[in-house]
Amino acid sequence: MLTTLVLIPFVGALVTAVMPARPKLWAFGFAIATLIAGVVTMFTAPDTDLVWMEPLGVHWALEMDGFGKLMVLLTVVLVPLVMVAAVKDHDKRWYAWALALEAFALLTFLAADLFVFYIAFEATLIPAYFMIGQHGGPQRAKAALKFLMFQLGGGLVLLGALIGFFVVSSEAGAPSYLISDLAQLDIGTTAERWIFVAMFIAFAVKAPLFPVHTWLADTTEQATTPTSVLLVCVLDKIGTFGMIRLCLGLVPEASAWATPVVVVLALISIVYGAVLAIGQDDLLRLIGLTSLSHFGLITLGIFAATREGLVGAILYMVNHGVATAAMFLIAGFLIARKGTASISSMRGLEKATPVLAGTFLVAGLATAGLPGLSQFVSEIMVLISAFDYHWLVGVIAVTAIVLAAIYVLWAYQRIFTGPAQLSRGPVRDLDRREVGVLVPLLVALLFFGFVPGPLISAAQPVVAPLVDVIQAGE
Amino acid sequence: MFESPGISYATLWPVLLVLGVACAGVVVEAFAPRAARFNTQVSLALAGLVAALAGTVAVGAGSSLGMSTGEGALVIDGPGMFSQGLVLLVSLGGVALFAERRLDNGVSAFAGQAAALPGTSAERTASQRGLEHTEVYPLMMFAVGGMMLFCISGDLLMLFVALEVLSLPLYLLTGLARRRRLLSQEAALKYFLLGAFSSGIFLYGLALVYGFAGSMSLAEIGEVAAEDGSSPLLLLGIGLMAVGLLFKTGAVPFHSWTPDVYQGAPTPVTAWMSAATKIAAFAAMLRLFYVAFGAEGEIWRPAIGVVAVLTMLLGASFAIVQTDVKRMLGYSAVAHTGFLLTGLLGVQTDAFGSTQAVLFYLTAYGFATLGAFAIVSLVRGPNGEVGSLDRWAGLGRAHPWVAATFAVFLLSMAGLPLTAGFIGKWGVFAAALGAGQWPVVAVAIGSSIIAIFFYVRVIMLMFFTDAREDVATVSRPSYATSVVIALSAVATVLLGVIPGPVLSLLVDAGGFIG
Repeated sequence: MLTTLVLIPFVGALVTAVMPARPKLWAFGFAIATLIAGVVTMFTAPDTDLVWMEPLGVHWALEMDGFGKLMVLLTVVLVPLVMVAAVKDHDKRWYAWALALEAFALLTFLAADLFVFYIAFEATLIPAYFMIGQHGGPQRAKAALKFLMFQLGGGLVLLGALIGFFVVSSEAGAPSYLISDLAQLDIGTTAERWIFVAMFIAFAVKAPLFPVHTWLADTTEQATTPTSVLLVCVLDKIGTFGMIRLCLGLVPEASAWATPVVVVLALISIVYGAVLAIGQDDLLRLIGLTSLSHFGLITLGIFAATREGLVGAILYMVNHGVATAAMFLIAGFLIARKGTASISSMRGLEKATPVLAGTFLVAGLATAGLPGLSQFVSEIMVLISAFDYHWLVGVIAVTAIVLAAIYVLWAYQRIFTGPAQLSRGPVRDLDRREVGVLVPLLVALLFFGFVPGPLISAAQPVVAPLVDVIQAGE
Repeated sequence: MFESPGISYATLWPVLLVLGVACAGVVVEAFAPRAARFNTQVSLALAGLVAALAGTVAVGAGSSLGMSTGEGALVIDGPGMFSQGLVLLVSLGGVALFAERRLDNGVSAFAGQAAALPGTSAERTASQRGLEHTEVYPLMMFAVGGMMLFCISGDLLMLFVALEVLSLPLYLLTGLARRRRLLSQEAALKYFLLGAFSSGIFLYGLALVYGFAGSMSLAEIGEVAAEDGSSPLLLLGIGLMAVGLLFKTGAVPFHSWTPDVYQGAPTPVTAWMSAATKIAAFAAMLRLFYVAFGAEGEIWRPAIGVVAVLTMLLGASFAIVQTDVKRMLGYSAVAHTGFLLTGLLGVQTDAFGSTQAVLFYLTAYGFATLGAFAIVSLVRGPNGEVGSLDRWAGLGRAHPWVAATFAVFLLSMAGLPLTAGFIGKWGVFAAALGAGQWPVVAVAIGSSIIAIFFYVRVIMLMFFTDAREDVATVSRPSYATSVVIALSAVATVLLGVIPGPVLSLLVDAGGFIG
């Protein structure tokens, strides 16, 4: 059943690629089918465990726990929305790649076998690479190459960790890549630390975290906004997902050992990303850099290793996905109207496009963590755990909220307020299709802002054993 | 009193058949009318290879596995049979590419008459008369026979004989390109001279090893070495023999012929040679190092490790600056030799060890390189093949299928998951890391990152760049070439998605026997 969930978008990608008539409609149909399958499997899906490559101890093993459910839900909801947003200026190649990306992303979230996880982790790059390279700004080929080199570099380092696990598990008996088996292994401190470092580098590139974040701004600037949504809101989550599931899950002692360094990197990301975002004139770069700041907060929540921090981080991953998707899409609609992403060339759009301005403000404030909007709860939980870790860390992390308010409100002010620009023609407000894309996202933002309970209860059971292991390790 | 050795014809007939087909090809060349030669030669070669492949499979599955014959000169074991089969499979593809006549207005990629000097009236006459070099098929069959022997040689002399039998036809085939003949002949001369030197060095090392052990048999050398420990004679012998084999595989610092020969040789020859030679050479190298020199592992492992590191780094970095696609693939072949050497650093185990890893890597690489060069032969301009990479720009727009297939081969060589190359790379790294060779593995990972850059750059060029005015076109090949390309692509993807059967086959095949 879980295999089906991966297969539907994958088959959809193939069908879309060869379908001569109405390929986008087919692609959308497959995305909706995936959405339905995703929701169904959330309630009734037995784990899958088949032998795949016996000599290597690889199993085709899939399972969906609470954390996986949240990430799957985020993915299957975002893909069809993005497809609607992309309909005007993307051809069928993009739709086929988007479905392929969805299939591999789902596979990473479901994988119960490290080898399967790795294969999907790397395979996501191929569709992403083509999506960036085939649609977007004039420098897109360069951005795509930079993206791929960073990601594959990280991926190959992860391969080192993977092989390390194989060697250790072969020595312990028959090789196995099942995550549950690997967690039982007695690895030895030095090897465990090396494995941790390798895995963390890979996930830090993916997430992205300072100092391996430099691909992010270039990519978001050059790629089209639907591509960016899939990259930042779905694909980058694999990084933090991996930190929780693999770093904390498999090598908890080494994670505790590395925490001080990781916390410092996370703090730098938080402040540096936000400060850079404030200074940006390119709206897409701005949103990309805010994500750097937010991923810093997520990482901080993960490694502060308290129950609140981890739950907060998981929640944050979902909420950030929704809020940033909204931000990117709104920016995309805006750019489609103005023909440029430069903030300084926009001014006083509030009167002409009230709906656009309003949605921008709501999504932006959600990003900034306004109470009542979803990101608030997760942010508070992360910050509490940061203060638990060390008061100074907490103080620095809190600046993120202030800085976030600055970049959101200042961007809003520059784009929408002030005297209207004397433009060549009137700028239209959002049409029905565009509103239709945004409404589900904004509803989700509001709903989870007031009722975060379901998210928390989904994340709780995943977190409890991790925290126990780590605190036992300390 | 001299006793003739007993030879088990029941297990050796595939090799003998291929060599027999080669001889028959010479006879055909002498007696058959010119018009009939092409068809006769091609069908003879294909039939011979198919029969030999069936024979190899039968022998490999039969009860004679694990014995040696001809006084230990030839060894019938699992890895030997596997690599033999692989050589035959690749060679079948090679024959199909050799027989391609549709791309170049009804003539093959080989010179009409090798004896006619380039640019003379004799050459013009030859091409006007539409002459063809049908000798290439018997030449190729001799080389294939040599490669098969190389894979199963159990003693030093056999190893040397097989090396020569496989090398000499390759030198000739390299010089036979129909277009750009001077380049081709220069490459052949370079290959021949350097190859002759390396054979000489190999022979000298062989003599020293014999002097040490007093025996030609690899197994007996292994026993003597295990008892007596290292002597300078043996170490020098190992070093000199390694030079010969490292030359054949194109490892640094004996790699300098690779890009020139890859570029100069007719593309079908490059395609087949790059895959088949590497398979045979590594099969022989594995056997030599594990069976004969296994006891000296501490001595040769660091040295091979250094060679592997240099080979990977140099191959990958030089490939980046190439502007010709054949040269780029040539340097990429050098880098792959480095990865294979990384696998050689591991140890033989009962489960998934070095032998399995290297042989799987060879399988993955063999198909990818065969297919990639086959595609190179399709991309043409008014003056024949277009090697220059900037004229490949925008190929993905005009010919999406060809470009996409080429991308699959490149991604496999780069080692991305879901392609055979990934499992191959994983295997050799795991083998080396299992033997504690982590510094080499770290370098290997680093060079993989460098290598990805130039593979991806070609993909970027094909798909993301707008076409120039003089963009190359893709000629329609005959069915034979299309089938080779399609099967290589299918194999590349299948071995990446379900490598289980082949891996199990390799594990079941076990290790080398003495």
